[in-house]
Amino acid sequence: MKKDNRLLPNQDMPDFERDYFCDAHPETVKPLKGFIEKFLNWARANSLWILGFGTGCGAIELRPLMTARFDMFRYGMAPRPTPRQSCVFVIGGYASIKTLKRIVRSYEQIQAPKFVLALGSCTINGGMYFDSYNTINRIDHYIPVDAYVTGCMPRPEAIIAGLRKLQELIKQGKAEKANEYIENFEWYKANQKKVIKDWNMPDYNW
Amino acid sequence: MMKDILKRLTEKFPISEIEEQRANMIFVTMPKINAVQCISYLKQFEGFTHLVMLAAVDYIEDGIFQLTYILHNYELHTDIGIRVQIDRKQPVMESIHTLWAQARTYQQELKEMFGIDFPGSPDIDEPFLLEGWQNIPPMRKDFDTLKYSQETFFPRPGRKHYDPQKYMKEKLYPDKEPE
Repeated sequence: MKKDNRLLPNQDMPDFERDYFCDAHPETVKPLKGFIEKFLNWARANSLWILGFGTGCGAIELRPLMTARFDMFRYGMAPRPTPRQSCVFVIGGYASIKTLKRIVRSYEQIQAPKFVLALGSCTINGGMYFDSYNTINRIDHYIPVDAYVTGCMPRPEAIIAGLRKLQELIKQGKAEKANEYIENFEWYKANQKKVIKDWNMPDYNW
Repeated sequence: MMKDILKRLTEKFPISEIEEQRANMIFVTMPKINAVQCISYLKQFEGFTHLVMLAAVDYIEDGIFQLTYILHNYELHTDIGIRVQIDRKQPVMESIHTLWAQARTYQQELKEMFGIDFPGSPDIDEPFLLEGWQNIPPMRKDFDTLKYSQETFFPRPGRKHYDPQKYMKEKLYPDKEPE
């Protein structure tokens, strides 16, 4: 028998077991006022945890950052293996539909405040995969992006420059894309569902 | 050595075309019904125990898919390719997962990318790379991938295209007259 991939894994469960996923609408978190928010932003900017999810070829450029030569630890950045404990999502280049599904899922599981850094021309306009049947052209139609790093692929120095720029934006209080995502939730969901045809996850993945 | 193998093959199977690409790389074309029998013979009696790959080409102008099975012989260090042409309207081929279990992955991919069916192959209908694909198989020549991409993936305006030949000529030899 052919498996129906559009069904959620909790589809056939009895009611008391169905709260396997939360299907509540997400809510925005307003920034605090005055110096408290400034202090929090300063603290956030100096402790960036990067999700260790290598999407696309740019993931290979993140490895040198962790070792002695480029050493991102001096800026207070460190990799983290789970979305629940990280705050920066680095989209490393092209994203196929299959990966996009995992990107959306991981992005939503990251707890706010969260920031997205997109690498390479593929995330900006599709790059060399602009005419591919399976690779999206613009990542900012599916998840919000705080900063882009150009290049194909960008060198580790360029990624460090991008992360420093992201720190600057956070300190200025301009990295509020997590709220933007929730404000335009319907638009993002419509775009995501346009390309992910077998949508078998809840609308918001806590 | 290869000549002996070829001689025995031509005696046993109706081979329509032989192409010698290198001394140790030969392609033979044969009808669909004999192909799996021939592959099985090569594996069991001629020492071609390794399945290198199974690939397809879409010859839309002739209305056929050409499947190529490449087998390798470790003792002679030779490869043999078996080419089979199947009808584009009824793309069904016998499965070889009984000879090599790993052939199922190739066959699953061919089903998804070209729509070639291999009845009996395990998980042949499961999605492999394309999850929830609803269009015609994307590797077929009549699938317009640029049009699909522009309709689906929100292209960013302002993209410029250059003809590589013309562009390089202008950059490298600006004085030279175009031929």
